[in-house]
Formats: sequence, C-alpha cells, structure tokens
Amino acid sequence: MNTENAVEVSNLTKHFGEVVAVDHISFQVKKGELFGFLGPNAAGKTTTVRMLTGVIKPEEGTASILNYDILREGLKTRQLTGIVPEMANAYVDLSAWDNLMLTGELYGVPKKRRRERASKLLKEFGLYERRNHLVRGFSRGMKQKLLLCMALMNEPQILFLDEPTSGVDVGSQRLIRDMIRELNKSGATVFLTTHNMEEANALCDRIAIINHGKIATIDSPERLRMRSSGLQSIEVSFDKVVSVDELSKIHGIREARKMGDKMRLYVDEPSAVFDKLIDIARSKRLKIISLNTLVPTLEDVFLELVKES
Amino acid sequence: MLLMDNNLYREQFKRSFAILKKNVRIYYSKGPVIIFGLLVPFFLFLSFYIGRNMPVEALIPGLLGMTAFFTATSVGPAIVPWEARAKTLERLVSSPVSIWTIFLGDVFSSFLFGVIVSVSPIIVGLSIGVGIANPLILGLGIILATFCFASFSILLSAYPPTDNPASVMMLSSMIKFPLVFISGIFIPIEELPVWGKTISSISPLTYFTDLARHSIQGHSYYPMTLDFAVLAAFTIIFLVVAIKIHERTIRKRI
Repeated sequence: MNTENAVEVSNLTKHFGEVVAVDHISFQVKKGELFGFLGPNAAGKTTTVRMLTGVIKPEEGTASILNYDILREGLKTRQLTGIVPEMANAYVDLSAWDNLMLTGELYGVPKKRRRERASKLLKEFGLYERRNHLVRGFSRGMKQKLLLCMALMNEPQILFLDEPTSGVDVGSQRLIRDMIRELNKSGATVFLTTHNMEEANALCDRIAIINHGKIATIDSPERLRMRSSGLQSIEVSFDKVVSVDELSKIHGIREARKMGDKMRLYVDEPSAVFDKLIDIARSKRLKIISLNTLVPTLEDVFLELVKES
Repeated sequence: MLLMDNNLYREQFKRSFAILKKNVRIYYSKGPVIIFGLLVPFFLFLSFYIGRNMPVEALIPGLLGMTAFFTATSVGPAIVPWEARAKTLERLVSSPVSIWTIFLGDVFSSFLFGVIVSVSPIIVGLSIGVGIANPLILGLGIILATFCFASFSILLSAYPPTDNPASVMMLSSMIKFPLVFISGIFIPIEELPVWGKTISSISPLTYFTDLARHSIQGHSYYPMTLDFAVLAAFTIIFLVVAIKIHERTIRKRI
C-alpha cells in the first residue's frame, strides 16, 4: 500500500445483470490531487463513485481510501470522505440548517463544531439567509450548493463530487468551481466526476477517461492534448458556402466538419493544407474570411479516445 | 480531521438518534400522521363494540393494544421506500453509519411515536372511570410491546426491496389487519376455540393485549412472565431478521 495515494483501485468490477458497468479498472489518486473522472453517459463513472463511497459493493477487485479498505473498513473510509452524489438529494422537508445538522450528527461532529461549520459553509455558499427555509423551495443551484455544504460538514480529507455543476446556472457553476479549487488548495483530495471537458480542463491535475466500463487513458489535460497531435485542425470560413464533401476531397484533410459558419478541417500537417485552401479559394473566386490553426481541445481528445475504445 | 470514536458501537448508537430526530421531523410530526394513528384504531374498535353489551374495563385493553400496534407500525414500513424514492437513502448509506444504525433509528422513532400515542387510550380510560390495577406492569408492557411492534414495522418493509411506499403499505395492511383480529382484542383469548387460541399465539399483539388485561382488569390468559418473555423474544427475532434482510436488500433499492 502506498501512503502517497489517497485512492487506490485495483481490478474493480461491477455488473448489472448482463451489462458490465465497470470492467476491471485500476488507478491511483495521489493525496492532494484534483483528479477528474471523465466519460460519456453510462460509461461507469457513477458506478465507480458509488463503489468507492460504499453505496454499492464491487463484485471483484479491491479499493482503498487513505489506506482503509472500502469493504472491510467502510465506516472509516466514509468517515474521512465527503460526497456530492449525482442522484442523491437533501431532505426537502427539512430546512437547509436541519440538513446540515443531520449530516453533522451522522458524521459524529460535536454540536458546537456542527453549528460553527454550518454557519460558515452557508455563508460561503450564499445560503445563510435561507437557512431556515425548507429545501423543497430551493432552486436546483441552491440544492446543489447545499449538497456541497453537506459534503463539507465533516471537513473531509477526500471529496467525491459526482457532476457537481450539472444543471446549475453559470454563476453557481463558477462559485462551485472556485470552492473546489480552494478546497484542493487547502489540502483536500478531490475526485471529480464530470462530462464537462471545460470543467475538467480548468480544474484537474490528472484525468482518467472511462468508456464502456474500462479506463481508456489517464494523464494530465495538457499531456493528453499533446499526445493527440493527429487531432490538429484548421478552422476556415469563406464568404460563400462551400460543401463539406468538396473540402473532404482535398489531400491531407482527414475529416471536414461544418461548425456554424465555419469549417473545421482535421489535418495531419496544417501547413500542407493552407496552399490547397488558397488554391480552391482562387479557382472558385471565394474570399477567405478567416483561417486559423487549432490545437486539439480536450473534447477532441475525449471524443477520439471514446471512439477508439 | 474528525476520527471515529474508538467505541464504535456507542458512536453508532448515538448516530441512530440522529436518524430518529430526522424521522420525527419529517414523518411523525405531521398532523395527518398523528390523527390517522389515533383514528384508525379508535374507529375500528368502535365499529366492533357499538351495540354490544360489554363492560368498559374490557374495552380499554383492546383499544390500547390496537393503538400501540397501529401507531408503532404506521410509518415505519414506508420510511425506507420513501427515502429510496426521494433519493435520500443513498445519502444515508454513503454516510459513516451501519445499516443497523439506520434501522435502529427507524425503530426508535416508531417506538417513540407508539408510546406517546398509546397514552391517549389510557387517558380516555381514566377519564371514564376505568382503574389501572397495575400501572407499573402496564408501563413496562407498553414499552416492550411498542418496541416489539416498531421492530415489526421495519420487518414489514424488508422485502420486496421496492421504492414504492404504496406497495409496502398495502402489503403491511394485509398483514396487520388479520393480526388484529386474531390477537384477543375483540374476543378475549379465553373465549376463543382451541384453533383460535393456537392461531392467536403466533401474534405478538396477543401477549400485549393479555398484559393490558392483566394490568387493567386484573386477570389474564397467559402468565404475566410468559407475556413479557414472548414479547421480548418476538422483538429480538423481528429486529435481527429485519436488519439481516435489509443488509442484503438495501442496495437493490438505490
């Protein structure tokens, strides 16, 4: 067991009937790391988080959190973690304050500390004025912020966030992301499940991409982009409509996609394609409005990896 | 960092009181739940007794038995499916609490509700001049029986592992109502035929009604110690079996 790791997963497997939800996955998350777990819908992200947080039991494999085995020492691992589950809810018939008090009691937080933590968190997330209101009347964004407050009541060493910004407004998204950064800066390990590439790129130290229950790759966002040099592209726009088929025929262009009023051309060598685009513009009396080379985005890398796997 | 208390069981026991408080706030403190808990046994009882020439002392033990039974089992069976449907069960399961902690909390809340509401038929009895021959036995009987019925309430929701409260309530009504009719509430056990006595002996409510008759009317069918012993045995069996089944099935609800 490596004491440098906050999470160690080995061959973790889970089936739902005939379907393999998580297929012998292995990975490690270092202490203090902000680790992203990316994948398309039904890739196995939430199942993995649910296994790690003790909600469901794996059929095969082992996992430990801060060196405690998730099966044999589940109470200890859960005591050290904070969770924002994707599907779970706060109690809508309780006030925000009562939800936090309940969470504090379930984690064994002493009464005085419970009250201090709840006040501090509610103020930080802008919910203090609504602390005595029933959660039933909260917006999605407010509920999500409350879930984050609940996850932080026990001052966790590791935080599992399953789609924490999903369905919330832009302002709340920014607040939640800023809080995640702050928490990570203060030493907490964060395991972030998301399908938002921009979020993963902006927050995570490393990213694992999971698809069909298998880990496709694990690396830093920057290195993932560098690895995918084959995903370089040119974005070009003309003053008149040019068909995708016509551009696809140009030697050196692997794929052409229409993106609004522009064309995205995936190429191996951008400079080799520039001349050909200019030739086409001249021969067809087209004016080039804009021409840019683009490095692959994390989304491009993600789609490529998902397609491969 | 807030490390777990060395005394795991004491700490878990404490946390089951957090579940109790949550249940009281969400499920038991609602007006309709309290009124329903009082009215169902009261009207069921009235519908049977009106027009019959029975002494009032004979009414109160049955009414008390039904009230304790119905109130202690009224909400308990529906809590888990409700929470599964409201997506709060996942939150509880992912907290540092054992499955038995969660269900002990549910039992405590059903118990508390049952004990508090059971006082009402005693008040009714006292106000119409019914004397209580042995208040200590009655008090201990109410405590043990209500805990037994509260444990029974979590057994009622143990299987099938559904997230539909209506299904569980229907199933529990199918079990609870026949039990009321075989437990010596409407007809004292000594007046039942042999087969009736045999059937009534499998119901925990029989032993509480018998204890209540002993405390109020001064006579009972079974020895008092047997009533207590059987109620205690039922409590342990219900609690252990219910928690074992829930441990196996709870994750199927999430």
